[in-house]
Amino acid sequence: MRIYFTLLAVFLAGSWCAHSQTTLSGRVSTTQNQPLDGAHIHIDNLHAMSLPDGLYTLPNIPAGNHRVVISYIGYKSLDTVVDLYHNLVLDAVLKPESTQLQEVVLTETAQAKSTVHEDRLKAETIEKYSNASLGDALKEIAGVSSLKTGSTIVKPVINGLHSSRVPVISNNVRLEDQQWGTEHAPNLDINSAGRVSVIKGAGALQYGGDAVGGLVLVEPVTVLKDTLFGRTILTADSNGRGGSITSSLHQGAEKGWAWNASGTFKYMGDRQTPDYVLSNTGNREANFAGDVKYIGTNYNLQATYSFYNATIGIAEATHIGNVSDLVRAINNQEPSVIRPFTYKIGAPRQEVQHHLAKLNFNKDLSDGGTLALQYAFQLNRRKEFDLRRGDYANIAALDLTLATHSVNADWKKTIDNSTLKAGVSGSMQHNNASPDTGIRPLIPTYDKLDAGAYGIYQHAFSSSLSSEAGLRYDFSHMDATKFYQKSRWNSLGYNNGQFDNIITQDFGSQWLTNPKFTFHNISASVGLRKDFGNSLNLLGNVSLAMRNPNPSELFSDGLHHSNATIELGDLRTQKEKALKFSATLLKTGSTFSFELTPYLNSINNYIYLSPTGVEYTIRGTFPVYKYMQTNALLAGVDLHTDWNITSHFKHSLNAAYVSGTNTSANEPLIDMPPLNITNTLRYTVQNFHSLFAEVRSEAVFTQTRYPNNNFNADVPVDGVLVPTPVNISTPPPGYHLLHFTTGMQFTLGKTLAAVNFSVNNIFNTAYRDYLNRQRLYTDEVGRNFQIQLKLNY
Amino acid sequence: MTNFRTLALALVTIVSFTACSDDDSATTPVNEEEVITTLTATFTPAAGGASVVLTSRDLDGDGPDAPVKTVSGNFVAGAAYTGTVTFLNELASPAENITDEIHEEAVDHQIFFQQSGLGTFGYADVDANNHPVGLNFTYTAAPAATSGNLTITLIHLPNKSGVNVPAGDITNAGGGTDAEATFAVTVQ
Repeated sequence: MRIYFTLLAVFLAGSWCAHSQTTLSGRVSTTQNQPLDGAHIHIDNLHAMSLPDGLYTLPNIPAGNHRVVISYIGYKSLDTVVDLYHNLVLDAVLKPESTQLQEVVLTETAQAKSTVHEDRLKAETIEKYSNASLGDALKEIAGVSSLKTGSTIVKPVINGLHSSRVPVISNNVRLEDQQWGTEHAPNLDINSAGRVSVIKGAGALQYGGDAVGGLVLVEPVTVLKDTLFGRTILTADSNGRGGSITSSLHQGAEKGWAWNASGTFKYMGDRQTPDYVLSNTGNREANFAGDVKYIGTNYNLQATYSFYNATIGIAEATHIGNVSDLVRAINNQEPSVIRPFTYKIGAPRQEVQHHLAKLNFNKDLSDGGTLALQYAFQLNRRKEFDLRRGDYANIAALDLTLATHSVNADWKKTIDNSTLKAGVSGSMQHNNASPDTGIRPLIPTYDKLDAGAYGIYQHAFSSSLSSEAGLRYDFSHMDATKFYQKSRWNSLGYNNGQFDNIITQDFGSQWLTNPKFTFHNISASVGLRKDFGNSLNLLGNVSLAMRNPNPSELFSDGLHHSNATIELGDLRTQKEKALKFSATLLKTGSTFSFELTPYLNSINNYIYLSPTGVEYTIRGTFPVYKYMQTNALLAGVDLHTDWNITSHFKHSLNAAYVSGTNTSANEPLIDMPPLNITNTLRYTVQNFHSLFAEVRSEAVFTQTRYPNNNFNADVPVDGVLVPTPVNISTPPPGYHLLHFTTGMQFTLGKTLAAVNFSVNNIFNTAYRDYLNRQRLYTDEVGRNFQIQLKLNY
Repeated sequence: MTNFRTLALALVTIVSFTACSDDDSATTPVNEEEVITTLTATFTPAAGGASVVLTSRDLDGDGPDAPVKTVSGNFVAGAAYTGTVTFLNELASPAENITDEIHEEAVDHQIFFQQSGLGTFGYADVDANNHPVGLNFTYTAAPAATSGNLTITLIHLPNKSGVNVPAGDITNAGGGTDAEATFAVTVQ
């Protein structure tokens, strides 16, 4: 029979009855509000039937994230995912199947399940990071770390890979926010996310074929019941002496108009390490997101707009001039600029704005398939201000405007025990590098065209064995306009005649060039999912991904102030090809659950920055880093476990290890996250205001595998240039932090209120993290007390 | 069904047309107006005679070519000199004198003279906060003949009240280096 998974109505309301294990209960009814007797409700291997009055109770559910399916023959099934940490009420309204009772179902048809595993953040976790960022929250998934610049610019690292290798899909739109830069965090407000999940590897071909590391999927809150509700979260932090407020209103509907609106403000001053103020590390955010949706009988039309607007201060001490400054900074241990606390943000700072507007149309086709059409426009404005002299102090040192139009059409159909998905996508992108900065831009002006098509076939051999295969083709063409200093052009070896055809004009000391690139890429994935019974599942996937070199890998050409390095791209850079083997062993039990993911990622033409020498300028000496290509192998394992020790105590563990090797040079890869283990012990009293208290221990080990890029630079000592070792490679020692959180829930009339109090870094430990680009200059932030008030109304 | 395919096509077409962005003129080269290409230190003997001029010139700025350094002559043992340091951007046409900017923002700049055994340097100017700048300085050459390296460094946004910084010690100055040049000089 045809299986529709159309979610019609979900309403979740917290309740705090006295039960030792969580219970899901509610009422199943038709759209005419008639109770459905005998509807089937199941979670994993637990089942329940609704009674004649439509009411059902499904007790003894282990706490956690569960998929709930509510079905009744002749009606469309409700298939959703809920976070069950206390008893929940889930009322379901099932809509009649249009082809009601045309077929007689005699045998149970196996349903094809995806072989690609998604790790999802709990709603509670998303809310916990309301005043932080997406990158901070994602760290709670085993195998995801963060690449930071200071404390507020946080990029997710999935299984050792980041930036262009980890596309972020926000509301089904691939975020185009200059994600190639290691100090460019995803430009989205975590408070607008209703669901955040991570797919490790390139298995989800519908989103692109270049996710060498993995994908981050962010979806907004959707309400499917005819109701209006709102949520407000107020957060106050001691470290940074500020806070944030986020509010959202959601109007759901089964049919007709539905809308959502949310807004966030953040205001933070200088952060503090245990020993000193990190001057110029405040940040501000003012974000808005909203959508309007019209739901018809077999279609819906939606318009969405979101705006992210952030100003982020960068610790002033990290702005240095040359290697002599870098050596002084490394040797001094304390940053050179420490001023009293202030909310003021000077230079260096980033001012980033991201607009996203989209229109999408979904239609249930008469043959049982679904069709989704989408158009999205994104405008990303990035201004980076540096410490500059004279009239330039108020002119951005980097001023880029990236505009992207994209269209997608996705089609999906289930026939018997097979599901077929296919789609096409296209995008046009224009980057404008403003020449008004008075600095030769690192990223040039360019135009880019992309087009892709994919097909994914899922098939269930039996109720316990599913398979999946996908294929995708991508075309990409880039047309850039770039000036090269002639001296740089020659030193890069471009003067051997190979690139004469791209020179369009001679400007004295500079060449104007018009580099063009065209890529044809094939990506593919195959997977199997085997259910061994007893909630034990094994998922195996092999995926092939291809990633084109990004603008910074092709064109970078100049001084990177915060690192005191000259970074050089290469027009000859080839695309990266990655073959990833991964397996996930999943067990969901009432007392013990685990998820174990070993993987092997073999990357051909892996693009990385490698030191190639030293250049002398009037500003001083600089090490030169060039984008090079090699073959790389990443092998690792992620482990997550949940153990309900008693009805009150729960233990969770996250552990991840990755070993990255540059196989051509036979040396470790740079910036690989070290072994990290997080243990959480949580105490819950359900029947007393859902009281909980948890202690989290975060242990990050010393990275012992790193390439030795230390170099000797001539640093003046008493006027004499002395070759001085510059220790930029040695990772900082490992560290251990303890965090504490406690919270309770109250009802105030129709409002559900929750108060949380937490202490981060209880012992105010001074530490540095290998994956923080400012680790040579400053310690990480110290202890923070946070109070959070959440209101649902 | 056909309607929807048509609609989809129409949507794609409309979008494609509206998406055509006008080509904004990126065809003006950026001449870095802020960069320092040339550092010149002029030492005028108090007793009269020819000045000693040290020059470091890097005409491709942060580009790969190394700066070219010239030293016009030797210092006289025991002699006193008054000195000036000037900075130019010769990439601009006509060449831009950055010295004036530094003079205007004297509180945010300091020049350091690092050497060993070549004699003594002293600051001959102060900013609004009475901290030394170094655009004007004094130099007394070592009493006996010697030779060595002199490094002249211009720091932007130093901590001008750091320990020993007013006395010309760069160690605790912080800030960022805008220009740094090392010259091999001789006192005879």
